[in-house]
Amino acid sequence: MLRFLVRRTLQLIPTLGGLSILLFVWLQRLPGGPEYALLPDDATPEQREQMRRSLGLEEPIAVQYLTFLRRILQGDLGTSLQTGRPVLEEFLTRFPATFELSVTAMAIAVSVGLPLGYLAARRRGGVLDFAAVGGSLLGICTPVFFLAFVLKVVFSEGLGLFPSAFRLSPGLSRTELSGFVVLDGLRTGELDVVWDALLHLALPGVALASIPLAVIVRMTRASVLEVLDEDYVRTADAKGLHRSTVRTRHVMRNAMLPVVTSIGLLTGSLFAGAVLTESVFAFPGIGSFVYVATQTRDYPVLTGFILVIAAMYVLINLLVDISYSLLDPRVRAQ
Amino acid sequence: MTTTPSSQNLPGDPGTAVPAEAGGDGRTPLLGRRAAKVDRLAELMGERADDGHGAGVWRTAFRRLRRSPMAISGAVIVALFLLVALFAPLIAPYSATSQAWGNEVFPNQNVFVGPRAENWLGLDNLGRDQFSRMVVGARQTLLVGVVATLVGFCAGALLGGSAGAAAVLGGRRGAWYDNAVMRVIDMMLALPTLLLAVTVAALVGPSLTTVMLAVGIAQVPIFARLLRGAMISQGSRDYVLAARALGVRKRRIALAHILPNSLGPVIVQSTLTLATAIIDAAALSYLGLGNPDPSFPEWGTMLADAQRFLSSAPQLAVYPALAIIVTALGFTLLGEAMREALDPKLRK
Repeated sequence: MLRFLVRRTLQLIPTLGGLSILLFVWLQRLPGGPEYALLPDDATPEQREQMRRSLGLEEPIAVQYLTFLRRILQGDLGTSLQTGRPVLEEFLTRFPATFELSVTAMAIAVSVGLPLGYLAARRRGGVLDFAAVGGSLLGICTPVFFLAFVLKVVFSEGLGLFPSAFRLSPGLSRTELSGFVVLDGLRTGELDVVWDALLHLALPGVALASIPLAVIVRMTRASVLEVLDEDYVRTADAKGLHRSTVRTRHVMRNAMLPVVTSIGLLTGSLFAGAVLTESVFAFPGIGSFVYVATQTRDYPVLTGFILVIAAMYVLINLLVDISYSLLDPRVRAQ
Repeated sequence: MTTTPSSQNLPGDPGTAVPAEAGGDGRTPLLGRRAAKVDRLAELMGERADDGHGAGVWRTAFRRLRRSPMAISGAVIVALFLLVALFAPLIAPYSATSQAWGNEVFPNQNVFVGPRAENWLGLDNLGRDQFSRMVVGARQTLLVGVVATLVGFCAGALLGGSAGAAAVLGGRRGAWYDNAVMRVIDMMLALPTLLLAVTVAALVGPSLTTVMLAVGIAQVPIFARLLRGAMISQGSRDYVLAARALGVRKRRIALAHILPNSLGPVIVQSTLTLATAIIDAAALSYLGLGNPDPSFPEWGTMLADAQRFLSSAPQLAVYPALAIIVTALGFTLLGEAMREALDPKLRK
């Protein structure tokens, strides 16, 4: 197992290297270039020239790449044009909010999606199957930000069941240990804070969960259907094993592999979805910060966000690989 | 699970058979997660009836499609959408841009006009006929979807097609080229499409062209991977061997023999991409990266625009939202049904 981990981690190095080159080319060679994004539209050619020089854009490309790499490795993602503070710092202070939201969304998606997908596959062609497949297609086709708005208007402004914005109700006192509101509340025993935070997470969580949920339902259904046809499931049934044993030990364990892969992938895309959801609910996370950055063309924030997402993808894929090897011994042996 | 043909293999070593169980994880960690689904589609088209008689894959698939309620409802929606988009100027009763009833609507005083006899869907926030805007918007939306898909299709097909042809016919240097291209494609595939589109759009600046380009570029890796996989699985066919034995030039084998036989999965994917393109375009509009000129209607822009009045005039958002959802659903249903019809594993 340890050897497997070491090997997988070492394999990250060429991937990260390639990814950094790709991102470098991507960011540097876009039409217009950074000097256009950083300067006002009416800047003179001389000003642009000077900007290019100060950004190091006149250096040989290899030198530029190495400078770029060194800056990233030092955690320097540049300075936000909106706030004038380092981009990494801005991300780190907002990270706990987005993390809590993403975990909520993923928890909703997994806890609803897996059972629903399994049941849909078990009752193939039934009403539940039809509803699950139809619902998930509908979920994929609904623009996330529109769903978020509808949830806000109906459940918050209309029915008043949930708060419509922010992470906590104003005026609520809490002991601040870290940025993680729910975790802090649990540690200090302030359960009213926990409850309030959870209420604030509910609607954005559901909106953000819509696409992962739809994908997980369909993946689980397809994967379970495939496994249900296998001989070993028939054998297990024929042996008279209890239905729940067959379900957990034979069907789900084998069907989970592709689902775990897609859960890993979806976790990365949650951060992209957070840009759409957080802004609707004025949720003070990375997403709404990046939303403002897209409006103001805050170039360092946007490029920093891509870098962070790319790094997260690599990390999540490592985690997926590890969970693979836990689920499926064949992967380790390979 | 069974041993799969060569399309499941590592980008690096076409030719060695890797069992499907290991196929998803035999790659380097980052690469090719989402790729599995894409590859499956590519591989399916390789499975033709080899017994010399019997219906071809396309004919049986079409027969199955005609019986599938999913395909029929998808096709009906798509056909309706296309009709409305094509004949938009004939259907729309009024101009979509003139603020003919501008003196009846006051958004800041919450005065909106709902459906009535002359304006079937009411007026928008500037006093324009909402029905006409929806109808004309269909045309713009179709344009965005089609152009974005074409951008993804063309660029992806160029990259994937050249990589596939190089892998099949190019020998050692071809394999090297294929490897290099696919590494890049796999890394692009690892980033969420919407994010890819957002970065392009945010850096280039908001316009309708940007939206189409951004959404299209985000689809490039999917098309590239798909076509390459299909071409590699065609590459080991007898007819390719026959053509090579006859001394047909490599370029001709690639373009006239392998390529036409590999386009199936790419066409299916195009149907699905149209749906994604329409939804992503709406998301870009919401992010303020869409068409900055809201006078000419496009559903994504209309929806993003109407969010401001959601509590006082929800219908302004609901019409374009429903239109987007239904249209995207139509393309998705059709695409998924086509994929299912081609996939023997899903038949029953």
